[in-house]
Formats: sequence, C-alpha cells, structure tokens
Amino acid sequence: MSEANLVLFKNIHIQGQNTLAVAQQQGAYKRMEKALGMSGEEIIQEVKSAGLRGRGGAGFPAGLKWSFIPKDDPRPKYLVCNADEGEPGTCKDRDLMRFDPHLLIEGMIIAGYAVNSKQGYIYIRGEFYREAEVLEAAVAEAYAANLLGKNILGKGVDFDLAVHRGAGAYVCGEESALLNSLEGEKGQPRLKPPFPANVGLYGCPTVINNVETLCAVPAILEKGGAWYSKLGVEKSSGTKLFSVSGHVNKPGNYEVELGIPLKSLINDYAGGVRGGWENLKGVIPGGSSTPVLIPEQCETILMSYEALAGAGSMLGAGSVIVMDKSTCIVKAIARLSKFYRHESCGQCTPCREGTGWLAQIMDRIETGQGREGDIDLLLSVCSNIQGKTICALGDAAAMPVVGAIRHFRDEFEYHVKHGRCMVD
Amino acid sequence: MSEIAPAAKPAFSQEALKKVETIYNRYPADKRQSALLPVLDLAQREFGGWLSRASMDYVAELMGLAPIRVYEVATFYTMYNLKPVGKHHVQVCTNISCWLCGSDGIGEAVKQRLEIEYGQTTEDGNFTLSEVECLGACVNAPMFQINDDYYENLTPETAVKIIDELANKA
Ligand SMILES: Cc1cc2nc3c(=O)[nH]c(=O)nc-3n(C[C@H](O)[C@H](O)[C@H](O)COP(=O)(O)O)c2cc1C
Ligand code: SF4
Ligand code: FES
Repeated sequence: MSEANLVLFKNIHIQGQNTLAVAQQQGAYKRMEKALGMSGEEIIQEVKSAGLRGRGGAGFPAGLKWSFIPKDDPRPKYLVCNADEGEPGTCKDRDLMRFDPHLLIEGMIIAGYAVNSKQGYIYIRGEFYREAEVLEAAVAEAYAANLLGKNILGKGVDFDLAVHRGAGAYVCGEESALLNSLEGEKGQPRLKPPFPANVGLYGCPTVINNVETLCAVPAILEKGGAWYSKLGVEKSSGTKLFSVSGHVNKPGNYEVELGIPLKSLINDYAGGVRGGWENLKGVIPGGSSTPVLIPEQCETILMSYEALAGAGSMLGAGSVIVMDKSTCIVKAIARLSKFYRHESCGQCTPCREGTGWLAQIMDRIETGQGREGDIDLLLSVCSNIQGKTICALGDAAAMPVVGAIRHFRDEFEYHVKHGRCMVD
Repeated sequence: MSEIAPAAKPAFSQEALKKVETIYNRYPADKRQSALLPVLDLAQREFGGWLSRASMDYVAELMGLAPIRVYEVATFYTMYNLKPVGKHHVQVCTNISCWLCGSDGIGEAVKQRLEIEYGQTTEDGNFTLSEVECLGACVNAPMFQINDDYYENLTPETAVKIIDELANKA
C-alpha cells in the first residue's frame, strides 16, 4: 500500500508535461503504438483482466462496457470522455487534464481503437476554460505529429478528437444528458434503455468514460492487465485519485491504491484532520451524493467500492470531504440540498419537486424554523424520490439527507427543538 | 450613413465567423446543432458578455435553427448570461468544500469591497458578483472564478487584493 503515484499521477509533477515533447520523453504514445499493433478484442481483454472500473462514480467495469459496442454494425461509433466534473468535492479530472493532457488523449486513442471508433469528444465543463485551452493545445500538437487524424503513424488507423465545452449544468455529467448537450440540446437525461452502447451520440453506439478511467488505460497496456489487477484489493483493483478537501491540514488530490484505509489517506497523505483525529466529526467519502460516515466508521473503513457500500455509503468519484467538530451537519447537508435543487433538470416530478422540498425543509431546520415532524417529512420526501426518477440525480439528492439523519438524528432534533445548532 | 441608429443588429466579425467554421468542423456535417453551445459561447464573448434576445436570434439565423431551440438552450445553462454582467464577473463558490474552508468570509469581504450583494453589479459596471455551485477546485478551497480564471486558496485579504488589482486596471 505504499506505491503512490504509480499510474495516473506518475508524471504529473514534471515541468512541461502538458507539452508533447516532454510527455513523449516520459513514454507518452508508446503504449498507443503498442495498442495499434493489437486487435481491439485483445485490448478489451487486457482492460477486462485489469479489473478497471469506471471512475466517474458508478464503478462499472470499463472493459465490459467497451465490449457492449456492437461489432458488425455499419453505424459510426463514438467515444466520449466525460470531463464534466461537477460533483461537489471532486476535482481530480481537472489535474489530469491540465497537467497531463496527452495521457488522456493517448488513453482515448487506445479506447477508440479498441471499440472501432473514429471520432472522440472530450466533453469538459464550461467553467474549465483554461483546462480546455490546455487540452486544445495538446490535441493540436497530437494532430501535427500525426498521433491523431488519418492513418495514425502510418498504421492505417483513423481517429479524430475534439474538445467540447459545456456551459454550466451539473446534470450534464450524467451520461445521457451529456449526449443531449453534445447534440446541442438542453442537457436533460434520456430514459434508459436504450443504453448509449447501442443508441448514444447521434443515435449511434457510444462509449462514455470518465477522464480518470481513460487515463488508466495506457499503463494497463504498458504493464499488462495482470499487473494492474494486483494493485488495490479484490474487486476494487488499481489506483484511484482521491480529492481530499475540507478540514484537513493538507488538502489535495492523492493517488493511492484502492482499499487504502480512510484513516491512512487522511493522516498519511492529507496531513491529518485539523485539530487532530479526535476532532473529526464525519467524512463524506465519495462526493456530495454519498452518505456521511461517522468517526467510528472512519477508524477502520477501507476505501474500496465494496467496503464503502457495506458501510451504507459509496466510493463515488473518490471525493473525500472531511468535517471537524466545528461543523454543523445540518448546515452542511442543507448546503448540498440547495445544490441539488439548483441542478435538477426538472424533467421528473419527484426530483423537481422533491429537491425543492428537501432544500426548503433543510433550510428551515437549519435556520431555526424547523417544525415537529420535519425530520420524518424529510425521510418521506426522500423515499418518494429514490428509485422513481429518470436519472440518478434524484437519488443523489436524497442519499446525503437520509445518511445524515441516520447518523446525526439527534443533531437534527436539537435544531428543530431549540431552533439553533448544538455546535456553536 | 449614421443618423441615430437603432441598437445595432448583432453580427459576427470575419474573425468570429472563421471560428464558427472551425467549430462546425468538429461535428458531422449533418449534425450542425452540436455547435450550438460553443457558438453561443462565442456570441456571448463577441456581444458584450451576455446574450440578448437579438444575439440569440442572430445565432439561430446563422445556424439555421428555430429561435426557440436557441432560447431553450440558452436558458438551461448557467454560463449564458441573459442580462448584462460587469466587465469582471466574480463568481464565488459557496459549495461544501469551499464553505468548510471559509467561503462565507470570502463572500463577505468581496461584498464589502464592492459594496454590492450577490446578484448585483457595481454602478460603474465593472464588477458583477455571483454565488455559484462547486467549480471543481475543491482541494484548493476557498476559491472564486473571475471571467475565465480561477483564483484558489483565497483568504479574505487576498480576495480583496485581487479585486483591487482588477479595479485599478479597469
Ligand atoms: C447527476 C450525475 C452527474 C454525473 N456527473 C459525472 C461527472 O461529472 N463525470 C463523470 O465522469 N461521470 C459523472 N456521472 C456518471 C456518468 O453518468 C457515467 O456513469 C460515467 O461518466 C461513466 O464513466 P465511467 O464508467 O468511466 O465511470 C454523473 C452521473 C449523474 C447521475
Ligand atoms: S432525476 Fe432530476 S435531474 Fe434526473 S432526469 Fe429527473 S428531474 Fe432531471
Ligand atoms: S466546493 Fe468550491 S470548488 Fe468545489
């Protein structure tokens, strides 16, 4: 569990790594060359054996997703990189893109080749303007060096890549909303099925992967799926970027093997909890939608998909938000409810109305206007959202509320009863 | 030819039209609507930092889209300003990681310095102040964005200093 910065952040601190010349000195595009000498099927097999799971939140196996793309289908195939990065607490993809854009481009060429796609898009959140500039520059360099475009390096493979900026809508991170947005529409999620693997961008087979997922691919090609699968723990293999923010002494993005104890991640990487471990109140382990963990759980929990699910939470995008004892949990969750109300696309009634209710009730509890029965009302609103919506944004809004009430009900009750916080 | 002309009808410069061509080329020829978000962004940059009804109509005409398509999209996304904004658009993130790290103090300091509240523009039209959701820089909280740039690891003092510098430049 000691080998950090193995895969994704290996070259991130190298000056000029965003330029082709420096990236190539570090071996960029060598893995791509190797991949172009293999069959698509072989590459998919390698990624499957690596056990690489999608890093955008849901953890779906990447190789399996790629294998769903129909082979003998005359329609064009698309590869879309999800760089919308909007989940509060999450900021890992940004570092990959601004410091090592060629790693992402290389990963995309390999993935595109594996699924027989000739066109890729990077859908990047609009606010990341400078990051988009870095990407555009890197794409232009790659074109100039014939690493993109027609007949790449004379190997008879074509792959075009374009950067597409969003315009400020969290829901566009949801893959089908992203596709609508990329088609120049409102970014509203689509009903599934059909899944993008069959009916995606422009109605064609489409693979959508997170930035970090695609950035893991070159190393898998270089060192092999078996090597990669030995990193991490069973079913959660490989390394993962964790964005550790909030009340820690050294917030930052850290690459570690999956399965690392949360306590070690916080203490050994992020400089410990502000005021010491005893000052810990709770940790949101995977981004704003994932239910909060209490200190007892934080003592022993491992940062793997399974362990966190077992603790009633989720690994999500790996965004660890640390809160010390000065934090009013009601206020923290109220802030998140406000976010989800703002970001609901409004298509489904349970989400549109439910996120509004949650935000309103959370707000009134927080500001001391809470009414008797409000806590149960919150839970009832949540259960009327969960599982009843087109996309997972509804669930994402409900989960942190339910999780917080589960662990901190007394604090909610205190707020309602006394009209103020027990923390200040 | 100029008497007191009505507000000029917006139109892209030659240079902007070239950019539009580059944008079109990213998408299949029969999927031109894909260019709508980037073209609206370009229009906003070309036409004073916001999208008037006339600007949207211009984009609709240019791209051969029904105006309603353009309005729908322009109103869905928060980065399109549907009313004028100041020369410097200060967007303070107050989401969870920034809040935990003191974004309230940042917001207060900037409000005091500019003598406006969230959602307002200074009288000289130099600054608009907005409260925004997570900007994806959470490990460097608290932070704000001004136009295309991020300013991270802020303190109330550095926040005000950044504003001062921009005010002096303006
Ligand atoms: C509301 C919502 C927002 C999402 N935002 C993102 C995002 O910003 N980035 C991302 O990669 N995935 C996001 N996802 C997950 C995507 O829908 C999709 O599962 C993911 O991009 C697949 O890539 P992966 O398999 O490589 O993880 C979001 C999902 C939902 C429901
Ligand atoms: S769950 Fe919410 S965000 Fe998702 S489609 Fe329904 S209304 Fe839109
Ligand atoms: S919470 Fe402020 S940038 Fe993410």
